[in-house]
Amino acid sequence: MLAWALLFHAQILVDVPTTAKNPHSSPADVELGRKIYGARCAGCHGPMGDGGKGTNLASPVLPRSPDDLTLWKVIRFGVPETEMPSHNLTNKEIWQIAAFVRTLGKLDTAPVTGDSQRGEAIAKGKGGCLGCHIVLGKGGELGPALTDIGLRRGPGYLRRKLTDPDRDSAGFLQVHLTTKEGTALSGIRMNEDTYSIQVRDRGNRLHSFWKADLKELRLEQKTLMPSYGQQLTAQEIDDVVAYLTQLRGIQ
Amino acid sequence: MSISKMTALTLGTMLLAFGQLTPERIAKASAEPQNWLTYSGNYAGHRFSPLKQINESNVGKLKVEWSYQVNSLQRFEGTPIVVDGVMYASEPPSNLTAIDVRTGRPIWKYRRSMPSDLRVCCGQVNRGVAVSGNLVFLGTLDAHLLALNAKTGAILWDVTVANYKDGYSLTGAPLIVKDKVITGMAGGEYGVRGFLDAYDVATGKRAWRFWTIPMPGEPGGQTWAGDSGKTGAAATWVTGSYDPDTNLVYWGTGNPGPDWNGDVRAGDNLYSDCILAIDADSGKLEWHFQFTPHDVHDWDSTAVPVLVNANVAGQPRKLVVFPNRNAFFYVLDRVTGQFITGKPYAKQTWAKGLDDSGRPVRVPATSPSVEGTQVWPSVSGASNWYSPSFSPETGFLYVAVRESGSQYFKGEAEYKAGEQFNGGGFRSIPGEQMWGAIRAFDPATGNVKWEYKLFTPPWSGVMSTAGNLVFGSTAEGQIFALSASTGKELWRFEAGGQARGNPISYAVDGKQFVAVTMGNALYVLSVAQ
Repeated sequence: MLAWALLFHAQILVDVPTTAKNPHSSPADVELGRKIYGARCAGCHGPMGDGGKGTNLASPVLPRSPDDLTLWKVIRFGVPETEMPSHNLTNKEIWQIAAFVRTLGKLDTAPVTGDSQRGEAIAKGKGGCLGCHIVLGKGGELGPALTDIGLRRGPGYLRRKLTDPDRDSAGFLQVHLTTKEGTALSGIRMNEDTYSIQVRDRGNRLHSFWKADLKELRLEQKTLMPSYGQQLTAQEIDDVVAYLTQLRGIQ
Repeated sequence: MSISKMTALTLGTMLLAFGQLTPERIAKASAEPQNWLTYSGNYAGHRFSPLKQINESNVGKLKVEWSYQVNSLQRFEGTPIVVDGVMYASEPPSNLTAIDVRTGRPIWKYRRSMPSDLRVCCGQVNRGVAVSGNLVFLGTLDAHLLALNAKTGAILWDVTVANYKDGYSLTGAPLIVKDKVITGMAGGEYGVRGFLDAYDVATGKRAWRFWTIPMPGEPGGQTWAGDSGKTGAAATWVTGSYDPDTNLVYWGTGNPGPDWNGDVRAGDNLYSDCILAIDADSGKLEWHFQFTPHDVHDWDSTAVPVLVNANVAGQPRKLVVFPNRNAFFYVLDRVTGQFITGKPYAKQTWAKGLDDSGRPVRVPATSPSVEGTQVWPSVSGASNWYSPSFSPETGFLYVAVRESGSQYFKGEAEYKAGEQFNGGGFRSIPGEQMWGAIRAFDPATGNVKWEYKLFTPPWSGVMSTAGNLVFGSTAEGQIFALSASTGKELWRFEAGGQARGNPISYAVDGKQFVAVTMGNALYVLSVAQ
């Protein structure tokens, strides 16, 4: 009990800011924040925040830090029961790190120049996006749902995904397998471990195999997502990016 | 048998045992295979059980006998100690539970609250305890060493090993050698100065301390530019081995600090990334061997040194074998420290090979850079802290091997007490299909005898037994048993949590058990009689 009381006391002794908005976010603060980040945070979160052992910070929205003060507290006190430790820095230094971290989510934020209404029409029309993706409850289920894609991915990433979908295809990889009895199947890999693999086929049926029962198992580094670099004009791609960027979940 | 009768029997056994776990018993651990008396099962670091009731013919019938769950989401990495029917299981963050091995029920619990400003780079873990006489020894994340009464959990003494506010912590199991309890320390990502400590078992008084970083003017002090050694780390966070014949403690040391920016610490940076042979009585350094001079990839040499006697060029030799995080397999003479042989045991791209003295011949342009440098092995290495195993029956050394690389980044390195001092970072190589394996090696040559492939790189150790078995586990959540002579899979179990521990084996009432932590639970397995 004594230890808990002391712990509680120690938290109170820290002069936690009350302002919700970062008071130290000038370009000079961001530059100082970058230096502190490089020394204290990059080891886990990657030099550009794109993740190593730590969470991916190069995202426009950080799930644990909806506002600046919450981000300040996460850096100062850490996240209990995770590997994110507390940081005994000055309040200002923590604000400066927070200011720099906020820029990470904007690194690939090429300006959104497209028209989201035109983009929506393309996505639902000739682009055929909803054939494979769900938006707000409507669409196909082969690919990942896009209902909140604007929260999870920046415009630069989305543009790359439309024009060069195989560049970062982790997660939705296709496998082709043949059982020892001769049955062949292709589909999306849902799980794979040393002993088994679970696959979802194009008809959305789930299959599970022991690897020992397979004659062949081949992983394709290409996704099922087609490239739209040829199918759509640069302006049309900008429009689709504008549409996807404003998909922010079920409101 | 009724529970009360079983408990009475257990307590009877305990009463017999208390005060009797002498260091002589630990030195002859193989004479009492029903117990698991020290971190690696014996002083030689073998993690081998002479028990063979569970063997190739019946391991297929292995079932969970009981399970024990910890009340923490931190990684559960502890190797339990078992003495005469009582298991001492350490838990995250720095807790300890004495468990009746017949029923799986706790006998007593020690729970320690952690300060809010605790600094640990890599998870609030504890990897095990040591037992001597009627005392259990536990290192804590706030850098204390405790002696607890094995019967009640009452604290007999509590010494501050170092100041946790500077980044020091204790995560490894202590090692009992004669009248001393030896402990390493962690904190290599905080610019600490590393050491290995020995304390008097009875009083907690410090008997000796060996600093792993020499200061300017001391032998080896010239291997650090300026006073960079003051923040040079070389932590000692994995339990070492001991040879009663040489009276030497063999202990690995960690990375130099800052991890990925070597510019501020020109030189070889002794004694980082070394194996140290230290006189158990005096704490004096007998010899050292440095695996990775001037390391810039965070390749700690903190693993269990395995002591093996084998013929080299027709001559019987006392060896210490060390499959290193840097992806080279080293064979040294453990009396003199002489390098005998070494070769890669996993994919590596940083060294052309080892010269006659065992020093790596580096490939140019493999240091971390601002834009990122791709190098194998990964920052987590070709193996890591988890234990290898040596079977005197097959003569093979078993190692859980990681096959992956990293992109290494150099960054600025500015020391501030108690804060991380890394000088860069790392990330995985985009699109790389990492994998792993259990490999059996000839310990005298590093030649591979067999391989059992794993889909992902493992984070857990192996144990071999006289039942011609090797037990291991996967980062995907399975426990498995292999034939020790061929690597053939004989049994496996889906445990539903990532493996982060080392298996042990013991026996009660003539029945053999295998215990291993998986996820946040300890599984105890046996074959129905």
